[in-house]
Amino acid sequence: MTTTQPKAEVKEFEPNIIGFLCNWCSYAGADLAGTSRIQYSPNIKIIKVMCSGRVNPMFVVNALQQGADGVLIGGCHPGDCHYQHGNYLARRRIGVLKKVLEFMGIDERRVRMTWVSAAEGRKFAEVIEEITDDIRKLGPLKQLKRVNEW
Amino acid sequence: MKIGVYVCECGINIAATVDVPEVVEKVKSFPNVEICRYNKYTCSDPGQESIRKDIKELNLDRVVVASCSPRMHEPTFRAVVEETGINPYCFEMVNIREHVSWVHKDKEKATEKAVALIAGAVARAQFLEPLERKEVSVIPKSLVVGGGIAGIQAALEIATDGFQVYLVEQSPSLGGRMAQLDKTFPTLDCSACILTPKMVDVARHPNIELLTYSEIEKVDGYIGNFKVTVKKKPRYVDTDKCVGCGLCAEACRLKGRVLNEFDENLSKRSAIYIPFPQAVPLKYTIDSNRCNMLRFGKCGDELLCVEACEQNAIDFEQKEEFVELDVGTIVVATGYDNFDPSNEPKYGYKENPNVITGMEFERLVNAAGPTEGHLEINGKEPENVVFIQCVGSRDKEGHEYCSRVCCMYTAKQAHMVRDKFPDAIISVYFTDVRAFGKGFEEFYNRVLDEDINYLRRELDDSIEVVGNEKGVIVKAEGHPDIHADLVVLATGLVPKSDNKEIARKLNISLSGDGFFMEAHPKLRPLDTFTDGVFLAGCCQSPKDIPDAVAQASGAAVRAASPLAQGKVVVEAITAIIDEDLCSGCRICENLCAYTALEFVSDDKIMKINDVLCKGCGSCAAACPTGAITMKHYSNKQVLAQIGGILNQ
Ligand SMILES: Cc1cc2nc3c(=O)[nH]c(=O)nc-3n(C[C@H](O)[C@H](O)[C@H](O)COP(=O)(O)OP(=O)(O)OC[C@H]3O[C@@H](n4cnc5c(N)ncnc54)[C@H](O)[C@@H]3O)c2cc1C
Repeated sequence: MTTTQPKAEVKEFEPNIIGFLCNWCSYAGADLAGTSRIQYSPNIKIIKVMCSGRVNPMFVVNALQQGADGVLIGGCHPGDCHYQHGNYLARRRIGVLKKVLEFMGIDERRVRMTWVSAAEGRKFAEVIEEITDDIRKLGPLKQLKRVNEW
Repeated sequence: MKIGVYVCECGINIAATVDVPEVVEKVKSFPNVEICRYNKYTCSDPGQESIRKDIKELNLDRVVVASCSPRMHEPTFRAVVEETGINPYCFEMVNIREHVSWVHKDKEKATEKAVALIAGAVARAQFLEPLERKEVSVIPKSLVVGGGIAGIQAALEIATDGFQVYLVEQSPSLGGRMAQLDKTFPTLDCSACILTPKMVDVARHPNIELLTYSEIEKVDGYIGNFKVTVKKKPRYVDTDKCVGCGLCAEACRLKGRVLNEFDENLSKRSAIYIPFPQAVPLKYTIDSNRCNMLRFGKCGDELLCVEACEQNAIDFEQKEEFVELDVGTIVVATGYDNFDPSNEPKYGYKENPNVITGMEFERLVNAAGPTEGHLEINGKEPENVVFIQCVGSRDKEGHEYCSRVCCMYTAKQAHMVRDKFPDAIISVYFTDVRAFGKGFEEFYNRVLDEDINYLRRELDDSIEVVGNEKGVIVKAEGHPDIHADLVVLATGLVPKSDNKEIARKLNISLSGDGFFMEAHPKLRPLDTFTDGVFLAGCCQSPKDIPDAVAQASGAAVRAASPLAQGKVVVEAITAIIDEDLCSGCRICENLCAYTALEFVSDDKIMKINDVLCKGCGSCAAACPTGAITMKHYSNKQVLAQIGGILNQ
């Protein structure tokens, strides 16, 4: 039972990750990573929403169905939401969704909620590295390859 | 559907990491893409012109620009398409600079990612819909929070433009930190002499309503129509009656027993007080934490202050009051705190009376200060004075930034010591002298010529201040010990401890350093991310008085301009409800932080008040029947974008 064999295999896999970022904090944090030239893995593709509270769990499921191997949802820190409590709503919804995904046999680490402020360019890059790494280890998502007509 | 896609090279900012011609080749084949071009700078005149020309000649109905962050140029391109007859919401921007070329090095992967992001935008563009932006009227009044030099300047400017200003100051008087300073670098003007006339101007200005000893409690609304609740703390003195004579303070049983924060606690005052003689308004305040009557309901056998007051101004029954202000714009000018060296690094501060901070020095040399301007420690004039720079600044573990004023205020203070004591030995431990402003280098050179020893040390070199019977010994790595009788710590400027709370109330952000964050560090240094809220002075970052004043004048212009226009355009992004689909379940109702959703009991459906709706989309994400559509972020639009990115 050596672990070296599968590891080498996993390395070749580059996950496709969708990131939903709120306009006010996380998206701005990602911009700051850019202006500060902080490097991170290119696997993440960002979609801007006004608030993390806009992220319908169906968006996440749909992304997974359409071929994403993981999804990140970024909002303002608790208490700092531009819309007062949209981030709390997101946290709850994503929490529930993770449970449902687990139930369906999908590793809950594929979906991650994070807080990044407009000042946290470095943290943003770190979060991206972490999620990319996690999902790289989990490998491609196979269960959900059905393109949804919505 | 005809979509035009414009990919920007941004000089080499994008082109160095993204193969732009290859991106264009791929994008050309995407469905509905009528034309795809690249420009060296899409935001430049020729770049914009190429978009206008294509819109007209090719009858484009959607435009996608892949360039920098939408925070940077979305307004620019929205204006371009709008001028040419396309609704600004039928424009989509892709961020391939901040989110691609600047954060990835691998050209192949960066190029792939750029193509995927554009594919998402093109897919989304097909579902974009024209939206109408609302125009709302602007209440022609402004609120300035903080009455230091920056707030004073901003208030005077806006008021002089002809608009009503409310100036809210939390302490009993205007003036801020500048009122505590003695002389000001680099010209050595007396601080009070240049500040107090402005304070008086504020009090007298017919367009300024001054609310001192008051705080912001709550802020609602949006640009043009903010509703601000201000808490007026009780002074326990009727300001209409108080004439500022001071008989009460003379009479106060606690006279000379209450620490005077204005003097950095180096002197003592009464429980009823004015912070300093030129206070504006010149009205007394009772310190509720110290007054016997307010603490214990009793003060000896008689209330000495009440007896002394000939105006009958003292009123122990006063309660806090809440006032509601309606304003169109807000300027935040809440200033800074001084770094407290009783936290590390302390350099013997508080343990040794010979060690003081820069601000304490200012009070000690001030003619109105605790020693009437005689610089002495324990009644003795100093003979050997050491200044230590960068205390609490440029510290990677603490405050990493440079506080910008300490080098110059140290030079000023060294000069003042020399002025008073021609024979004193004066040394300055510095790392880099930052004399960047107008007249600063000249001033520094002048001080160098006054027989002041500037001794260089590295920031990481150890420096210790240890007490001995005569005073202290300053032990700096690589330098001989100095036996000093006065050590002045050039303490830095730090964010106010309640910045986070204020930021939440005003819905603005903090930078990593804890000061308020500007909307763009270079191009929008006075704006915040919240429209209608502007920044002035040290609340945004440490700065000297000239910079604070310049920034305040700028913020005043920014804050006055919507008032002058009388109208502002607000975002069109709101939610709408499909009445046929709404089941009246009311799940959305409680999710809305702005009470924009209302249940219509007759029809058993929800209704949206789109003036209140701020467009977060929390309701749309929750609606079980899909009756709520978030404009510009509809399910269709978002799902198309996901599909575009992933199926590319
Ligand atoms: C030791 C020392 C020496 C200095 N010497 C010089 C010098 O010689 N020359 C020079 O150019 N600069 C000097 N400076 C810098 C100078 O003090 C600042 O540039 C200036 O005071 C900044 O003004 P401000 O209005 O931004 O802030 P502040 O002076 O801090 O004023 C802020 C005001 O807002 C009020 N406030 C805060 N929070 C609230 C709230 N929530 N609600 C209502 N009101 C609030 C405060 O009570 C205060 O009145 C010196 C600084 C120090 C520490």
